[in-house]
Amino acid sequence: MKFLTKFSPALLLLPAILLLSACGTTGEAEQEQAQAVAGGGAAADSDDGANASGASSGSADAMPMMEPEPEPEPLRDPLEEGLLAQRVVYFEFDSSVIRDDALPLIQAHAQYLASNPMLITLEGHADERGTREYNIALGERRADSVRRLLMANGVPGNQIKVVSYGEERPAALGHNEDAWSLNRRSELMYLR
Amino acid sequence: MCIKALLQSLIAGVLLGGALIANAAPLTIEITQGVEEALPIAIVPFGVTGARKPPEDIAAIISADLSRTGRFGALAEKDMLAKPTEPGNVNFQNWRILAREALVLGNVQYLGADRYKISFWLFDVYKAKQILAFNVSGSQTDFRAAAHKISDIIYQELTGEPGAFSTRIAYVTKKRGAKEPFSLWMADADGHNEQNLLKSKYPIISPKWSPDGLKLAYSSLENAGEQRIYIQEWANGRRNEVSIDLKGLKGAPDWSPDGKKLAFTSVRHGNAEIYVINLANKRLRQVTRHWAIDTEPVWTPDGASIIFTSDRGGQPQLYKISVDGGRVTRLTFEGTENARADVSPDGKRIAMVHRDNGKYTIAVMELATGHLNVLTDGTLDESPSFAPNGSMVIYATTKGNLGQLAAVSVDGSVHQVLAYEDEVREPAWSPINNK
Repeated sequence: MKFLTKFSPALLLLPAILLLSACGTTGEAEQEQAQAVAGGGAAADSDDGANASGASSGSADAMPMMEPEPEPEPLRDPLEEGLLAQRVVYFEFDSSVIRDDALPLIQAHAQYLASNPMLITLEGHADERGTREYNIALGERRADSVRRLLMANGVPGNQIKVVSYGEERPAALGHNEDAWSLNRRSELMYLR
Repeated sequence: MCIKALLQSLIAGVLLGGALIANAAPLTIEITQGVEEALPIAIVPFGVTGARKPPEDIAAIISADLSRTGRFGALAEKDMLAKPTEPGNVNFQNWRILAREALVLGNVQYLGADRYKISFWLFDVYKAKQILAFNVSGSQTDFRAAAHKISDIIYQELTGEPGAFSTRIAYVTKKRGAKEPFSLWMADADGHNEQNLLKSKYPIISPKWSPDGLKLAYSSLENAGEQRIYIQEWANGRRNEVSIDLKGLKGAPDWSPDGKKLAFTSVRHGNAEIYVINLANKRLRQVTRHWAIDTEPVWTPDGASIIFTSDRGGQPQLYKISVDGGRVTRLTFEGTENARADVSPDGKRIAMVHRDNGKYTIAVMELATGHLNVLTDGTLDESPSFAPNGSMVIYATTKGNLGQLAAVSVDGSVHQVLAYEDEVREPAWSPINNK
């Protein structure tokens, strides 16, 4: 709840603005209005918003001719689908043993990485319990467990980098098992 | 009960003193528990002679220093029957009535050109005898340091142990939502003179003072999660990564007693091992060889051994090994976990993070007997660091959701809280400042 207050109202409007601009029938006046609102928000995001609506207004006339043709297939990203879209492996307390329920996920990534020469960074993390330097080592050991399993499934070692943040970058705040179980993890970060 | 009332009036006095100073310390220290047998003392406001008034109330600084240890109960100024500033004017009966055992008085003389001469006397009230007399000189800028020096002299005379008032603490703060949330700071042991040493987007971990007190070694995650070790000279801010010819993460630095080497941990391929690097020629020596996590090395004061955390027995416990490697001795057996040791300056005790019943507390163990004494009752206490006189241990704890610092005497009788506006962690107590 608390972090919601950090978003400016303009930012909350952004999805709506993008939706509006994606729709080809939007009138000029409305678009300008939308851009003005976006411009009043955070600088970086408002640029994107303005560009998106500008592009759709420029192609508005050509739209009817394009319609019968099938949309050019947008490049489907296999990393955004199925098991490959899952990038977090969770661990038990003070353990770096890969749980059985994480095996399909790791195997899917191994299969993908073995046939796509992409670089991946494995981040290791720990919950807040235990000491900080120990948790750096524990995080590294967790990420290394994932590395070993990827390699056992055919991924060349030079595609993999292992780092550790220990307990320093929790995914969930809170001082209870719910938060801790989300923080004992290794994250698979594709570099692209 | 008298002591308790005394302490309360003391705390009020300390707070009032703080409020009078324009730049109140961001780190404020409060005693939450003192000893029953605190020594009743009176520190009379110092007399002032000369054209310029001193920049600080020297008696208030000494009073706060001594009271903070929990071993002294200082009389409030308003309760004093007389305020002598010269030894010839002391009527001991005035202080016996108030049950004082020790009396401190003095005066400050402005010498010109920013220089002050501070004279002070310490008396045994019941024997009606002067115990010591000293002159200390100081400038406008090191006036507080001069006051701390006087506290050291009085403390040593009355307790037989060196004081730790002329010391500093280093610590790390985290300001949520800031662009660079992590900061490394140092401040005087009483929380004054806070100085920022580093701001970073990434966590700063394990600051450790060099034995000469001029540098800090610490580890940082600023290289995208690839932990590295840095050494920084606080006086000029000069900062260098320690170049270590090892692949993998490098952290948990600890200075050898002669300041020429660092013990540290290198983590690679799931295995954390302890190494020693010679800082002059960068030569490396591997100390531990085990598939388990071996980390958080600390040197014993004789420079011969290293105490470290290892989970080779299943869960983290403390072990000892010669710096040349060889046989490993397990030191801790009580509790489910013991980790991140600090060794007392005399080498007789270790402080550690102790886990029992799911709670992380600070414990101190006598190395000769193996007797372990749990000193705190937190749930996530960590990072214990001995005062250089061995009397107290400073550590990180949590209050609400905020990390804060606290200190406890090695016998567990005195407790202090060091409150801060942001999350604060990773305290390290400096060696005694001999300058």
